[in-house]
Amino acid sequence: MTVFSGVIFTIGLGVLLIAVMKSLILEQVLTGGIGSIILEQAPTEVGSANIVSSVLLAYRGLDTLGELTVLFVAATAIGLVLGQRSPDTKHDSEAGFILRSAADLLFPFMIMLGAYIILHGHITPGGGFQGGAILAAAFFIPILASPASPLNHKVSSLIEGLAGTAFILIGLFALVGKGYFLAPLFGTGDIGALFSAGSLPLLYLAVGLKVGSELAGLLARLQEV
Amino acid sequence: MTETIGIQLVSYSGAMGLILLGIFALVNYEHLIRVIFGLILLEAGVNLFLITLAYRADAVAPIMIEGQTAAMVDPIPHALVLTAIVIGVAVQALALALVIKTYQKYGTLNTRILAQRIAEESGTRMIEGIPTEVKKV
Amino acid sequence: MLFGIALISIIIMLGSAFAVLFFENYLASVVALSVMSLALSVLFVVLQAPDVALTEAAVGAGVSSVILALTLRRIGLWQDKS
Repeated sequence: MTVFSGVIFTIGLGVLLIAVMKSLILEQVLTGGIGSIILEQAPTEVGSANIVSSVLLAYRGLDTLGELTVLFVAATAIGLVLGQRSPDTKHDSEAGFILRSAADLLFPFMIMLGAYIILHGHITPGGGFQGGAILAAAFFIPILASPASPLNHKVSSLIEGLAGTAFILIGLFALVGKGYFLAPLFGTGDIGALFSAGSLPLLYLAVGLKVGSELAGLLARLQEV
Repeated sequence: MTETIGIQLVSYSGAMGLILLGIFALVNYEHLIRVIFGLILLEAGVNLFLITLAYRADAVAPIMIEGQTAAMVDPIPHALVLTAIVIGVAVQALALALVIKTYQKYGTLNTRILAQRIAEESGTRMIEGIPTEVKKV
Repeated sequence: MLFGIALISIIIMLGSAFAVLFFENYLASVVALSVMSLALSVLFVVLQAPDVALTEAAVGAGVSSVILALTLRRIGLWQDKS
């Protein structure tokens, strides 16, 4: 009976969505708006070649701060829910030779890829969130290989706190200097150069370190049995 | 131009399929892990729907390249979806941590059995699946 | 050309989304979810959103699947049937 009503509900919703599709796609209801204004003005105002990152960090920088807060709250809550383990719990046994040596070999390359993606976030696709996820994976693979040497939660929380503070401090400097919270600092530079777009690379560095340490801490907590 | 409309139609139907599958899982399954699978599918469908709305005919990705004059797709939904994916994973991790805690306390993840156990624990009675206060005589 | 890529990735995506819900083994469902995220990120590239595609591949297909698999290990559902 429950399955039947669920199927009926889903079919009804499907009919509704088909009706919405007809007006949305075939008649092109949504055209332009604020997006086209940002496309015109972002290169001169922010100077970032990747317009998505100029929306994320300059025009809607406050939203990114809110997103970082949500991530922080989620990571803290997971630490509270799962964190109470006694210090004498047994670890998993050590992984095999192949996984251990592959983890040692992969670690510098993954750190390099993560750093590249974070630092080039304002000129190519990528940025703090993607690079942070790759950094977290780089620190998680050695934990899988040798569970007896777990992640140092104190160091990861310290990096996380420092990165969050740096993000807010850059925003406050902009508030003092330019009159808006998180307004782009230091001029725009040449579009497409590594040192361009003012304070955007610094902000992305802070976001990448924060996301990376948070995700690494989260994965390490879930891995501890 | 016709190719553009074809891509839009195909990806819209993909988004619709993901949303419907997710809602079907949310409504239908009793196991909490399956419900979280449905939540993830629903979220992926909504993200695909927003990106489909940003797509324009003959437009390129919103990245400035020297000497390129073609029109660009709308960057606002891209920034939105980027935010939504990361927050989605955080919410999912929190939900899974609560699932682990629930399993450790009650030993089951079936929502019906869970509702019964919680009702027994708090001294309420189930009436048609809903915990109801028992009047003390 | 682009339409063909979009069609193929949609078919893979919806097929693995069905598989997520109808596989009996939970670990197989998690793997199908990862495949779904990967096909979705190919589709994002076709829709001219490379930033979102990179995020979906790194966060959706990578971190999310690892979180789910670790949870399954912790509550002992590696081999269990639903």
